[in-house]
Amino acid sequence: MLPGVLTTRLDAAVGWARKYSIFQYPFVTACCGMEFMSAACGHYDIDRFGAGFPRFSPRQADVLMVVGTVSHKIAPVLRRIYEQMPRPKWVVAFGVCTCTGGFYDNYATVQGIDTVIPVDLYIPGCPPRPETVLQGLVMLQHKIQAQGYRP
Amino acid sequence: MIDAKALLDALRERIGLGVIAVSGSGLDVVLTVEQASARGALELLKAEGFNVLADMTCVDYLGYGADARPVPPSHPHRIPRWPSAPRPPQRFKLVYRLLQLDAADGLLGGRLTLDAWVRDLKGQRSVRDLWPNADWLEREVWDMFGVGFSDRPDIKRILMYEEFEGHPLRKDYPIGKRQPLIGREEAPAQPAPTDPRPLG
Repeated sequence: MLPGVLTTRLDAAVGWARKYSIFQYPFVTACCGMEFMSAACGHYDIDRFGAGFPRFSPRQADVLMVVGTVSHKIAPVLRRIYEQMPRPKWVVAFGVCTCTGGFYDNYATVQGIDTVIPVDLYIPGCPPRPETVLQGLVMLQHKIQAQGYRP
Repeated sequence: MIDAKALLDALRERIGLGVIAVSGSGLDVVLTVEQASARGALELLKAEGFNVLADMTCVDYLGYGADARPVPPSHPHRIPRWPSAPRPPQRFKLVYRLLQLDAADGLLGGRLTLDAWVRDLKGQRSVRDLWPNADWLEREVWDMFGVGFSDRPDIKRILMYEEFEGHPLRKDYPIGKRQPLIGREEAPAQPAPTDPRPLG
């Protein structure tokens, strides 16, 4: 074996590269945004996991973080944002409102964003603590790694 | 301080017997008037120095009071009742909350609540010309309660989307009714997670 050469499988290499360079699009609508800021800033530092680079254009993002209550009125916007993202793409439902509607079991609120777009990871909590968010992010990284080269 | 007696006298002179009741005193007065007299009363209050419309809203009294109107048997949800309360004269009540603020020193002269029982669902006159913020408040009252205004025939919803049918804060809006613009009404049953890979 040549010195300085590492052999691997393409699947593993691509998955490894993808999971540590997450460009996230924060779709922040409500109070969970505070906890998202907390997880993203220096104290908890989501950048340690390679996901510290928020893109504010969906065309440059590969993880859609849906943070906060989604109403029926904004749901078409959310789907448009999702459709604008290039593949491969993943969706995180951040907080209980995005997972199920939470206690907003009413006429105005989408009862879980998975009624509108596919979701890869659900992070429960009202709001979730930053540790929960980071654990969720690691789980998402496992999922991305396992997905490998598939688009 | 509001001189409730003087105010009441001025109101009676202006709108006659349209004043149903007055209560409270000093800083906090509640007036109840006939719907037809509400506009005249509000004009007079504006002239009396009530220069801020702090809020305007509506209350639905369906199912409220001793001999409340029966709820249609087809109604899917039970409406709670308060049988000990006196029966309200109408189903809807419009509530105007006014403040008397001194523009020079910012001191509060008094608070006044004007209640108007809604006899005609589209009969209320708009007060946009008196307090411009009434524009959005009236749109909200229309959106949530379906109480319209006689001089705003083309009033638009303010919070809900245009495709929404009905008025969600009415007591007879079915509590479980959902009107999604896109997507399904409820989430599908989730399959069990397939990747129980341990963390770390």
